[in-house]
Amino acid sequence: MTAPATPASSPATAGERPGVRMARSRRNAELSLLLLAMALVAAYGAMVEANVLDTVTPGFWVPAATLTAVFLGMHLVIRFLAPFADPALLPAVALLNGLGVGFLRRLDLANAAPEERADLAIFAGIGGRQLAWTLISVVLAAGLLALMRDHRSISRYAYTLGLAGIVLVMLPAVLPASISEINGAKLWVRIGSFSIQPGEFAKLALLVFFAYYLVRKREVLSLASHRFLGIDFPRGRDLGPVLVVWVISLLVLVFEKDLGTSLLYFGMFVATVYIATERVSWLLIGLVLFFGGAYLAYVLGEAVGGPFANFYLRAEIWLDPFAEPYDDGYQLVQGLLALGSGGLFGAGPGGGQPLLLPEVQNDFIFAGIGEEIGLFGLSALLVIYLLIVERGLRAALAVRDSFGKLLAGGLAFTLALQVFVIVGGISKLIPLTGQTTPFLSAGGSSLMANWLLIAVLLRVSDAGRRPVDGAGGKVTRPSGPPEQLHGAPTEVIKP
Amino acid sequence: MPELVITVARFGFLILLWIFVFTVVGVIRRDLFAGARSGRLVAAPRTVGASTGQATAKPAKVKRGRAAHQLVVTAGQLAGTRITLGEAQITIGRAEDSTLVITDDYASARHARLVPRDGQWFVEDLGSTNGTYLDRAKVTGPTPVPLGVPIRIGRTSLELRP
Repeated sequence: MTAPATPASSPATAGERPGVRMARSRRNAELSLLLLAMALVAAYGAMVEANVLDTVTPGFWVPAATLTAVFLGMHLVIRFLAPFADPALLPAVALLNGLGVGFLRRLDLANAAPEERADLAIFAGIGGRQLAWTLISVVLAAGLLALMRDHRSISRYAYTLGLAGIVLVMLPAVLPASISEINGAKLWVRIGSFSIQPGEFAKLALLVFFAYYLVRKREVLSLASHRFLGIDFPRGRDLGPVLVVWVISLLVLVFEKDLGTSLLYFGMFVATVYIATERVSWLLIGLVLFFGGAYLAYVLGEAVGGPFANFYLRAEIWLDPFAEPYDDGYQLVQGLLALGSGGLFGAGPGGGQPLLLPEVQNDFIFAGIGEEIGLFGLSALLVIYLLIVERGLRAALAVRDSFGKLLAGGLAFTLALQVFVIVGGISKLIPLTGQTTPFLSAGGSSLMANWLLIAVLLRVSDAGRRPVDGAGGKVTRPSGPPEQLHGAPTEVIKP
Repeated sequence: MPELVITVARFGFLILLWIFVFTVVGVIRRDLFAGARSGRLVAAPRTVGASTGQATAKPAKVKRGRAAHQLVVTAGQLAGTRITLGEAQITIGRAEDSTLVITDDYASARHARLVPRDGQWFVEDLGSTNGTYLDRAKVTGPTPVPLGVPIRIGRTSLELRP
């Protein structure tokens, strides 16, 4: 008797089993969460107007309604193109993005002359520009979902993307400072009044390459080792790629004068190596290399200056911001004062003094928002970031192929690291570096790159939660994945 | 705007923000805490596996009647791997297209398969060189697999878990 391979029971009974129940698409939950998030954004807009203008204009709902339309469009795209994607990702990101637009619009209101305030055009000022960027970013994310029906298909372009990533990282460093330098950090490419930050896109491209490379090399990196002090250390020759990335990130630190970006690339690489090999020794090696390098840069900056001087200055400000509160330390001191005067519950949206903060629309947006919603609100925002990262890591656990696991895990970790670097910077936990706050800061590059990141996470989580035997009925299987990457369709969950 | 309205709105907004957070947590709660349970499932085999000999008979009797939802590798190179069982058969072997690809020197390319039938899983040897064992007995025809009884293929050992 050979038992039949086809499902013996009907789909009705299949629905009762816990393993299959997880496979519900949960799109309606996503829709209601999204509407709740948009209600919050509308309420935020109304309160800003009540505080700044002393009255709520009849058009306060227009930005929130525009955002709602954009995100509802994205929701529909997900419903059709990635029906089993994670339901929490889109609403959480939409809330952060919406609050970012709301806060930037609030800055516009504060900047505008009193008589112009009441009828501020919807696409005017940095808030309006951010709204337009949101529209473009969401369209791009939807386009990526439509183009990439299977996340494994991008592994075909891994080497191209890796090369593109390195070029994008290096581009601002080799361009003359007049094109690439803003506020001491060489991270931009400026064409006229238009500037993009290529590093934001580089991190996505590099991560695809890292994931692809490590899927092929994980055996060597995790198996060949010798044991020392109870920890398995890799062989000398396997350290090569890690050292190369370390040198590149140090070069970024030196030539682009930005610790945050360098920490981001290096941390991203070390984390993906750790996910691929499960070896704690890689984390130790990475931490020692990074802190050693940063300390070396600090000592060199003190002794010889030159390319290290910027980093030395940042570290000095971090160690004692109140040494020169009106000069070098001004920005950080103002940020700390804003967070402090916000206190536990904040001054209310529109009630703070964000214009006192230099760069409040970019690096210091978290301090600016913090002054108005207080620790209570800021911790809610941090928990939302945490939930987004958790959903990304969960997608990595759920998906079956190694490439998807590494890609989603690495992307989620990168997002977490970026939030850590900037929030740690403004709260004086680590030296401040000019990172953007994902989804909140003004700026098209950052917003676009992060929405593309979310599109990839949505795609991977769709693949992970999709029922294996196609119980979803209308779902068509993506065609032609590269064979060598899904060799092991199993779920490895060793902690 | 009256001061009272603004104050109420200020705190109302913060409360609404946290309500959103907890609603998201509510939506994903099942997945959020699923990790702890499955983590235990994988960690368990190390201790259970050592005392498999005397322990298997008892739990198998107690657990009878519960459906198997996971296939866990308890020994061998893939130890800790688990497969969520659905309605489809599971093929085991060194061949790349197997559901569970084992890199075991004593395994054949198409070694064995697990087939569900009316909620019970059957193991069947596919003419392997070194044989498939259910606990200590060699599998000759389709044999029902109770929960927690090891299926041995070469150096690899697999168990069904609820």
